[in-house]
Amino acid sequence: MAVDRHPLWKSLGIDLERNDEFLGMLGVVYPEVYLSQPNRPKGMAYFDEVTFDIHGAPIQEMLDEKERTGAQIVGTFCIYVPDEIILALGGIPVGLCGGSAYSFPDADTMMPRNICPLIRSYVGFKVGKLSPFFECCDFLVGETTCDAKKKTWEILDDLQPTYVMELPQRKDEIDRGLWREEIARFIEKMEEASGKKITVDALKDGIRRVNAKRRALKRLYEARKAVPAPISGKDALLVSQLAFYDQIDRFTEKVNALSDELEARVRDGVGVVAKDAPRLFISGTPQVIPNWKIHHVVESSGGIVVGEETCTGIRYFNDLVDESPDTVDGLIDALASRSLSINCSCFTPNDDRIQQVIEWVKASRADGVIYYVLQFCHAYNVEYVKMERALREAGIPVLKIESDYGDEDVGQIKTRIEAFMEQIA
Amino acid sequence: MVVGIDLGSRTVKAVFLRNGVIEDAQVVLGGSDPYETAVSLLKRYPRCPVIATGYGRHALKETWAEKVITEIKAHAIGARYLFPSCRTVIDVGGQDSKAIALDANGNFTNFQMNDKCAAGTGKFLEIMAQSLGYDIDEFARVGLRETRAVPINSMCTVFAESEVISLISKRVKKAEIALGLHEAMVTRVASMANRVGVVKDVVFSGGVARNPTMVSLLEKKLKTEVKVAAAPDITGALGAALAAEGMLN
Repeated sequence: MAVDRHPLWKSLGIDLERNDEFLGMLGVVYPEVYLSQPNRPKGMAYFDEVTFDIHGAPIQEMLDEKERTGAQIVGTFCIYVPDEIILALGGIPVGLCGGSAYSFPDADTMMPRNICPLIRSYVGFKVGKLSPFFECCDFLVGETTCDAKKKTWEILDDLQPTYVMELPQRKDEIDRGLWREEIARFIEKMEEASGKKITVDALKDGIRRVNAKRRALKRLYEARKAVPAPISGKDALLVSQLAFYDQIDRFTEKVNALSDELEARVRDGVGVVAKDAPRLFISGTPQVIPNWKIHHVVESSGGIVVGEETCTGIRYFNDLVDESPDTVDGLIDALASRSLSINCSCFTPNDDRIQQVIEWVKASRADGVIYYVLQFCHAYNVEYVKMERALREAGIPVLKIESDYGDEDVGQIKTRIEAFMEQIA
Repeated sequence: MVVGIDLGSRTVKAVFLRNGVIEDAQVVLGGSDPYETAVSLLKRYPRCPVIATGYGRHALKETWAEKVITEIKAHAIGARYLFPSCRTVIDVGGQDSKAIALDANGNFTNFQMNDKCAAGTGKFLEIMAQSLGYDIDEFARVGLRETRAVPINSMCTVFAESEVISLISKRVKKAEIALGLHEAMVTRVASMANRVGVVKDVVFSGGVARNPTMVSLLEKKLKTEVKVAAAPDITGALGAALAAEGMLN
């Protein structure tokens, strides 16, 4: 029997009626999109459970830990913000990016409508008091990855204290210096908020825990390279999405358990689709829970998604932090190096990203790439020009899809994706 | 015997092939229930393999159609059959428009499709004709007489309509506005074609290919001859029928 979470939500000041409505919608969509899939790995049962109680158990768990240890709950919006430091100072990092159009009307009461749906969604969740994740955070950490986010922090700060890290836009020495300083400054901020002092051991421990999570996800993604794929793209995407919300150590354990199962499937040649199902690789902007649109269209049209080069995919876990330095300064260097090896289009130039995509596409034995751009994301949208050229030169078919969270273009997208699969068949 | 059926946003088209020859072709308005319209069309023919295409294709799957293919593939096959040297297909239908690149063997290698709105589609022309008080055929012939075109900036159907209304209120000649609308539309369609790369022969298919102003402006814009079939609206249904025939062999 599920626990009644209404008292918890009430204590956080959540709009109960609308939260019920939102979760009710999710309760209809999720079984349709997820539970109907054939031959799912058993290890997905845990992730189903987390999703069904997404506004419940994870929140209760964080608040319990806060009561027990005085942990600071810190909301973040980008994979450049180092979770390792939050963990090292006894805090709990939680991702707050928005993946649903449900909160758009709330955002529209104060923000322009023509902005990135990810931002529009989370601002709406905050303004409408629709997200217990927001409401249990002590403070938020933004970053200067794009223009819309940069300006949004100023507005969000009126509603909840928001600290901002300045991410450089190039990867030269001068930029590394800036980012190093920003990481050191963030340590000071976390020290002040937590009342604790950073130590080498605590920082190393934080790094080890996050690296373990990244390694587990990497195992999952390695298994997806097999033909036939042992897990659907939708299931793998869900796991990546939950990496931002679930208790880190348990999450790592569950992803490893799932990966054990998938590796056994690969050994036995067991897949979720036929060997000849078209294999597609997604590259582009993040797909935040519950945004399963592209994956669902691909997989309900007979194809399978075998990887995502996104923040809810490879960019999240591909680069590890060096655990070997024995000083706080050395570890800060290691954290900075990891950040600056992530290939996000907010950097210029960003040619390593193109090479990385080509390598993953080949290793995943993908038949083609869907380049996915959230509407109004100029950086990923414009970077497509170079990406398309390079992919075509490499003989890799590519289809670009620009979309937001609404369903009005699903018919169009379905036609394009089906035609793309006919093209590469 | 095979049937190809194309459930478009405005019309439903069917092509019946017997021994590889078109024995019957129909174009009817889809109305409020295109599925029923399609079924009544299919009932005209003896029971035989059917492939459905067009945006309503999935509605027929597992009931009447053995298989569905996208309108992109259907137009590629249909255009290639009608014009064997075709390398580029520009299809402008009621609700969407697309440009398709074919290789020398007729396989499609790239395509572009308009975004989710009505910009650059037959629906756009239809609404604009209405707001200018033209009958659609008369509207489509405007380029045969008028030479001056007033520039239209909006491709959004809603904004273009208000732009048209403000031009009317400035007492700009109706024919100049009409030609301007066609030019705006052709600019949009041509840039889509240029994105996939225009290679001769270029075939213009879909209902809008019956609009002579569109055809001549498109030729001017692309600086190449544009081939149009006698019944360009059945190209997709024909492609589906040919695919059904291929399925038999």
